[in-house]
Amino acid sequence: MADADEGVKPANGKPETKLLDELEKGPWPSFVTEIKSAQGVTGGAEDLLGQLELSYEDKVSHWKHGGLVGVLGYGGGVIGRYSDVGEQFPKVAHFHTLRVNQPAGWFYTSEALRTISDIWERHGSGLTNMHGSTGDMILLGTTTDHLEATFQELTHAGFDLGGSGSAVRTPSCCVGMARCEWACFDAMKLCYDLTMAYQDELHRPALPYKFKIKCSACPNDCVAAIARADLSVIGTWKDDIRIDQAEVANYATAGVDIQKDICANCPTRCMDWNGKELNIKNRDCVRCMHCINAMPKALRPGVEKGAVILIGAKAPILQGALLSSVLIPFVAADELLDTLKELIQRIWDFWDEYGTNRERIGELIQRVGLAAFLDGIGLDPAPEMVSAPRDNPYIYYQPAKEDEA
Amino acid sequence: MTTTPLQPRLTDVGPPRYDKYLPPIVLKNYGTWKYHETLAPGVLCHVAESGDRLYTVRGGTPRLLSIQTLRKYADLADKYCGGYLRFTSRNNVEFLLTDPAQIEPLKQELALLGIPVGGTNNAISNIVHTQGWVHCHAAATDASGLVKSMMDALIDHFTHEDLPAKLRIAVACCLNMCGAVHCSDIAILGVHRRPPKVQNDLLTKACEVPTLVASCPTGAIRPVPGVGGKQSVEVLEEDCMYCGNCFSVCPAMRMADAENDGLSIWVGGKVSNARSAPRFSRLSIPFLPNNPPRWPEVIEAVTKIVDVYRGEARKYERVGEWIDRIGWPRFFELTGFEFTRYHIDDFKNAGMTFARSTHIRY
Repeated sequence: MADADEGVKPANGKPETKLLDELEKGPWPSFVTEIKSAQGVTGGAEDLLGQLELSYEDKVSHWKHGGLVGVLGYGGGVIGRYSDVGEQFPKVAHFHTLRVNQPAGWFYTSEALRTISDIWERHGSGLTNMHGSTGDMILLGTTTDHLEATFQELTHAGFDLGGSGSAVRTPSCCVGMARCEWACFDAMKLCYDLTMAYQDELHRPALPYKFKIKCSACPNDCVAAIARADLSVIGTWKDDIRIDQAEVANYATAGVDIQKDICANCPTRCMDWNGKELNIKNRDCVRCMHCINAMPKALRPGVEKGAVILIGAKAPILQGALLSSVLIPFVAADELLDTLKELIQRIWDFWDEYGTNRERIGELIQRVGLAAFLDGIGLDPAPEMVSAPRDNPYIYYQPAKEDEA
Repeated sequence: MTTTPLQPRLTDVGPPRYDKYLPPIVLKNYGTWKYHETLAPGVLCHVAESGDRLYTVRGGTPRLLSIQTLRKYADLADKYCGGYLRFTSRNNVEFLLTDPAQIEPLKQELALLGIPVGGTNNAISNIVHTQGWVHCHAAATDASGLVKSMMDALIDHFTHEDLPAKLRIAVACCLNMCGAVHCSDIAILGVHRRPPKVQNDLLTKACEVPTLVASCPTGAIRPVPGVGGKQSVEVLEEDCMYCGNCFSVCPAMRMADAENDGLSIWVGGKVSNARSAPRFSRLSIPFLPNNPPRWPEVIEAVTKIVDVYRGEARKYERVGEWIDRIGWPRFFELTGFEFTRYHIDDFKNAGMTFARSTHIRY
């Protein structure tokens, strides 16, 4: 462990950053170079560099536990951050982060990027993340007195804060119909509509814990909805895969081994190649996307499109990581918004009633059982919801209900 | 930096409308894209039913970007793309062109700016990661430095589509995992290995004891009388698995430990439904030391996994699917990683991972 006072910051000079300077070498673009290039903005970047060098020397974080800061009338969107070496690096003593709700699909114009940059030059460190893990644009580092002004400039420019704490977190989505032929529903519009529908729940935490919504428009799941969202909307289709046999033949001519690369990789072995034609038994197809991914010019999802609704994904804390599991096997694309709003209301009512503090919806379902959860939200059980029926005979028969019937 | 408050005060305006920043070619062909082709690593061509062609050039970024760099991106978008660009779910920047003649000049300009082009199809895409020591109190390591060091070592697999299938790497600095690391082909996860050190004076001021007790997934925290008649807690150290959730709810449960914090490596997870179902990553190496600025032990291990996978896996096999075929014993044999008691699950439902068959490869 080095002596920080000697090593990192000579009086009135730019910090010495011997360790971080190593990370300016090499071919991949360097975050250290990015921090250095923002040094002129407020000085925040300069002290960030100094504090980070100190962390690289003594191998611990020098940020303190968060604090409660925010903008008037909102209960989230700002992450309070304070340094534990603030005397040494006063310009990051208070270094709060704003989460800014990204445009759907992360599309920007040059003008929008410049507007954000100008606001952040006036009010913050000049450092950003494009983007944070949940999808927000992250404005990294400012002081409490700038939060309200930043917020007002953002809202007047057509941007708003994202979620934090026990609230709806900023929904996110893949590029969807804007640039992908596989989109089975309008992910960008749905994501936007849901975000607008839950502005209050997003900005004013009132749930037992965080609630993440992600929309991926096909089973390739480019926003990791099944791994990361409490409510996962993943596009699929019901009818047959569309085939252009001439293009299949072209792929074969171009060197694709249709039998080995395509048919043998099909998880349900639902297709055969006879050297001229690809035959698909669509009844057995699970819509995994492999054949379509491999031959995008020849195969396309069907036309009866919609999505699977899944619930409960989360990272390990507290009771272990979960992937989302199937809640509704298929909702037609044009019914998604209404169905989801109705469903979300029922889920939240149940969660409000039975969830404990900081209990994610997936953990609550684990605790009370999926069957009880289905009863609670008024959904009928379906075989698509399980990988297999139970293998133990410890069944909670319901004498009262059986007698009633 | 004084400012005049803007009037009226606006709240709950929400994000920009979903179609506000879409280029004209996208608005025209929205929902009617027909197919796409890869013209080169990092260069895609999407063809619409109308016959229109949209060209995408994908560049890697460090995610942590200064406004100076954002303005450079804006200048490039103005020069080549009519002012339009986007970012991807893995922190790449994508320039959207309508004139194919502009692809090469753009790539040349990107090269001059040090922005690598690639990350498509069977390549390593950009590494998604968390804040680390740059901005997080709970971090057991730094994410940005790890990612920079890894991508420096792996960049040829970003700029070339030379792997059996796509390879997704993610870094999280602690078990909170603010990134999809638990479902990545290769995940690097910061870990603590010592119980929290209870700071009694801070605890009585800053923490609710019932919330703190409830925060522990193994029930290792219990209330005890503290100083001045106030409640404090003690940690049953043998029950602690160092998840750090107590620190999330109470700053007096300090986890950071310079000598004992470090990294674990996980492999074989995926998110996509293609071929096999989405799945979690599995433990590959339980601990490697925190060794900034370049983390050579981590780079060596990750490079080893990538090299062995590249040499052994069949076309289209993701890391997890490849291991399904060859089996875990062979994975440990090929990589030379040691299989230890830490690899055997002993949390809830641990028995689900015991081998209950005689299907053994010799």
